[in-house]
Amino acid sequence: MLNSVLFYFFAALAVGSALVMITRRNILHAALFLVMSLLATAGTFLQLQAEFLFIVQIFLFAGGITALFVLAIMLVKPRVPEPATPFTKRRLMVTGAALVFTAQVLFAIVAGHSSLRLAARQLDIAPRNAEAVGDALFHSFIVSFEVASVLLLVAMIGAVLMARRGRNAFD
Amino acid sequence: MAENPPTTERAPRQPENAPDADSITTDAPLPEGPDRRDPQDVSELFRSRLHLLQSVPGALQHLFNEDVTGANVDPLVFYVAPLISVTIALMACTVLPLGPALQIANLNIGLFFILGIGSLGVYGAVLGGRATMRSLAQFVSWATVVALALISALLLSGSLSMKEIVQAQLDQGQWFICYVPVGFLIYFVGSMAESHPAGFDLPETDSGIVASYVAENRTNVTGFRGELHVLAEYANLIIVAGLAATVFLGGWLRPLASYRDRFPGTSVELLDVLPAIAMGAIAVYCFRLAAKQPARNRRLAATSAGCFCVIGALALAGALFAPGRVMQGVHGAFWFIAKVGAYIYCFRWIRSRTSGFRFEQSMRLVWRILIPLAFVNLATAAVAILASQDTGLPMRFTTILSTLVTLGAAAWFTKHQSTERAAPILDGE
Repeated sequence: MLNSVLFYFFAALAVGSALVMITRRNILHAALFLVMSLLATAGTFLQLQAEFLFIVQIFLFAGGITALFVLAIMLVKPRVPEPATPFTKRRLMVTGAALVFTAQVLFAIVAGHSSLRLAARQLDIAPRNAEAVGDALFHSFIVSFEVASVLLLVAMIGAVLMARRGRNAFD
Repeated sequence: MAENPPTTERAPRQPENAPDADSITTDAPLPEGPDRRDPQDVSELFRSRLHLLQSVPGALQHLFNEDVTGANVDPLVFYVAPLISVTIALMACTVLPLGPALQIANLNIGLFFILGIGSLGVYGAVLGGRATMRSLAQFVSWATVVALALISALLLSGSLSMKEIVQAQLDQGQWFICYVPVGFLIYFVGSMAESHPAGFDLPETDSGIVASYVAENRTNVTGFRGELHVLAEYANLIIVAGLAATVFLGGWLRPLASYRDRFPGTSVELLDVLPAIAMGAIAVYCFRLAAKQPARNRRLAATSAGCFCVIGALALAGALFAPGRVMQGVHGAFWFIAKVGAYIYCFRWIRSRTSGFRFEQSMRLVWRILIPLAFVNLATAAVAILASQDTGLPMRFTTILSTLVTLGAAAWFTKHQSTERAAPILDGE
């Protein structure tokens, strides 16, 4: 019972804040509602007993990527101009695309409705979740892990090079 | 006109209640005697009558203060910012274990949870208008240092759960500070820089911020909003101290936790009477101090502190005869709080004695000395663990070797710093 209440709370928060985010005019408000949506998603991860994913979602998405968004917004201070004319040119095509997309989503829900029930039983890997992720990462997915680390190294070196503006980049 | 007769050499008359060497309160109490006046507000009322808990109405009175804000602040964001700081700080307290069963949430990823939630702290500063690029760069750098230092203790315990980290210290019979002392020192320095830097580095050198948000002399953070910011800062202090106590100092464990000799005939362990004796000694000290106080209010304060310690001593002694879990809980909480208190004491002590670093000095310290040292510490700790497992040498021996290697690396890093002056860091970077 508490499980469903919490799930519907987090789900409503995630969907609601995402909807609010795309209707905001102030871009900083939009970024903050994105953070709220990501945190609500992290809450659903925690409900699925995926603790590691929960904290990584907070650490990387909410605390890293969107923090970068907020910093960039505060640095650049974009001014959203008032829309001069309403967007009337392609109304027919846009409505058609929206209807097609809605039909796809409804089809997906109808076809897969049997799997939409909340899980009633506990999952097995719950107590050792972080260890299980570590095992998978270092046994099954070691190649991707190493490739990702090389990619991060390249990105860091590129960032350091780009930051040394005005100075000789090769000393 | 006759001149005044020369006065004898005497110090000007101090008001009766001036703080002196035996003073235990730092806020001057209301003067008595000829300078007597009535209490002006709730905080002074508490100070004049109850003398304890004066910080509670002192903080709450800010609810009635005028809230001075800039003219074009964004209300949604600006007023939510201190709430974010406070919420994050209090959320991180949920995984600190005061006792084997005294933990709000025993998450599998406890340590990682605190680090991750702490990374959200940047929002409180950014949205509240208290962030510049430099302070954020410092936050990220020092957070990296702290995380690396904690990982070296994580290697020893094998689990991220805070309860299991303390349990591992019990199983291995040694606090992790003895195995990775350099890691603890790196963590100590990092925690001083992270939990707001008044006195560690100089935010005043940022051209973008006037130093008025420093907790003790803030001028532009008014009203309850400012109090929440102060609360968040102190809660952060407790969190870093609690984290150090759990990971490095053995959490709820008594010192020499594996020495289990008992009093003959009872089930009370010999060393478990230490908390009660310690509290009793503090109570005796408080009562003796109370007898020496000249002023009535400070006498009252000292006596009440003494009574509090007596009650604590009785509780600790009584818990010795209580069922196992109660005893573990009460004594565990005592040791945990004692360690947190000791850590905060050393923290404040050292921070009051060092002057701040400039931004470039602080960055140089992090990226050229502390992070390489943290990596070396990690590597040597891992080698020590493996060596102890493979060759059967005791961990105490291998970790002494690894600590010596790390200290050698520290000496090398600090000696081989280039002496060039860094290029001036322009505003806006």
